[in-house]
Amino acid sequence: MSTPLLKVENVGKRFGGFVALDGINLEIAKGERLGLIGPNGSGKSTLVNCMSGTLHNETGTVTFDGKPMNGLLAHQRTHLGLARSFQLPRPFHSLTVAENIRVPLLYTVRLRRDVPHTRQEMDHRCHEVLALVGLEHKAGRPPRDLTQVEMRKLELARAMAAEPKLLIADEAMAGLSESEVKDIVALLIALNERGITIILIEHIMTAVMSFSQRLAVLVGGRKIADGDPQDVIRDPEVERAYLGQ
Amino acid sequence: MRTWQFFLVSLAIAIAGFLGARYLQNDYLFFAGYVVLQFIVLATAWNILGGYCGYVNFGSAAFFAMGAYSTVVMTKLPAFANRHFPEEIAALVGVPPIPVLIVLGGIVAGLVGLGTGYLTLRLRGVFFAIATLALAVVLQTLVVNWDFVGGSRGAYVIRPATAPLLGINYIEYLFLVMLILVVVALTVARAIERSRLGYGFATIRDDELAAEASGVPTLRLKLVATTLSGAFMGMAGAPFPYYIGFLEPSSAFGLSYAVNAIAMPMIGGTTSWVGPLLGAVLLGTLQQLATVTISSAVSLLIVGLLLVFFVIIAPNGVIGLWQQFFGRKAPDAKPAHDPAVKTS
Repeated sequence: MSTPLLKVENVGKRFGGFVALDGINLEIAKGERLGLIGPNGSGKSTLVNCMSGTLHNETGTVTFDGKPMNGLLAHQRTHLGLARSFQLPRPFHSLTVAENIRVPLLYTVRLRRDVPHTRQEMDHRCHEVLALVGLEHKAGRPPRDLTQVEMRKLELARAMAAEPKLLIADEAMAGLSESEVKDIVALLIALNERGITIILIEHIMTAVMSFSQRLAVLVGGRKIADGDPQDVIRDPEVERAYLGQ
Repeated sequence: MRTWQFFLVSLAIAIAGFLGARYLQNDYLFFAGYVVLQFIVLATAWNILGGYCGYVNFGSAAFFAMGAYSTVVMTKLPAFANRHFPEEIAALVGVPPIPVLIVLGGIVAGLVGLGTGYLTLRLRGVFFAIATLALAVVLQTLVVNWDFVGGSRGAYVIRPATAPLLGINYIEYLFLVMLILVVVALTVARAIERSRLGYGFATIRDDELAAEASGVPTLRLKLVATTLSGAFMGMAGAPFPYYIGFLEPSSAFGLSYAVNAIAMPMIGGTTSWVGPLLGAVLLGTLQQLATVTISSAVSLLIVGLLLVFFVIIAPNGVIGLWQQFFGRKAPDAKPAHDPAVKTS
């Protein structure tokens, strides 16, 4: 196997006396679609935060694209190609929807280009990204005019606009209808086919099962299963964690 | 309008205003106008950090005083050099002209701003405001105990009768210098608003975590904002000793600067460079009128009342009121603001 795009080794994180993550090991190969599931409070979001630099892990290392991530700030990781969306949408309220997309273009994509975007390029790219998630008709609106579903799409669009190598979608589909879930899954798979590695954190099992090539399960801050989705959900330990004994 | 066009146009307006004021031949106009102009710079500077980034600075007076006291230091230097250095060296030490003093004051206050930003990087909201308040207290205590600049006794700065080169009355000269500083400050504020930096500042105001996730280096941008904001406040303060003639800590660190620097952008509107300008002109003029007609104590009362009124009735200031009445007819027509992005 070639070197993994993201390698999480023995990562641990505590909040006071509470152990949120306890020695997590996880590898994601380039181009892979990984599903990450686990009951509420199992440490999924904490793991995402440690990977993306929002939180700093106390033990272990995160290696992305061959580079150690320890000590790098969130924006530096974004610049290297590790983008994430937030579980609860966090749009920039005082900017319009299109301007929300413009921020990662200005601050992340710009760094990989020799020349700045022209105004047309910028507008074009904003609309392209918004069209991907079906939000272009709301481009000029402030985020407060969006529905909850549209906010989630905006959240995802903003992460995609950074043109990442690895996209971490943290519960992008909670609260969406079945057809919308299908849309988003199709969208994520389409992105993946363009070469973007994706980690999907999700509770909606149909989405996770149709999306994931591999499935990892967190329970109580520890990884209890990792492998082929069909095998993992039949794992007795996973069943116990979800259904109780 | 491009930035340089804006600069030239506003410079032309400023000079026309100056010539108009000279035509009236009223010294009081310059004395009162200077204060209003000074507050425009102060309010604009406050707004770079407070309005664009959302960090409320309660210590504006400290930055203003840093500028003023760096001027006092420079005016004290020649006498100091005469006493302690050989004649040849002492002869080289003179008091620099006002524009140089402004740059010096800006550098000193900018460095204080950078330091403040660095020390308070992790503080947000109320905690940042308290820290800046504490900074003002600490700096005032330092100045009070610094004998070289007069300590608590204060320091006299003799204002020359006429200005160098131009040959005009010195108060007119100070007015003119401040007018140009206003143009520079407004141009910078407007340029920031329409640039990549402006978008970065807006994301810091809205959501720092999301900003980081989008690749915005929030810590660095905050330092840029605290430095710029501090520098302009210092620049506003640098000519002040020449204006007032006698500078003491309690006047340089006065409450009115801190309060006005916050109140003016709040009343005008914090989202655009126009807001601090409007607020400062409105409040500053009202205060000058109140000072002449009633008493100087009333002027702070006016600020307080207006601030309460605006916070309750129009939280987005005069600009917000304007948009409410004139701008909300077609919500789809135009984005909230769609400036030409310059990525440099």
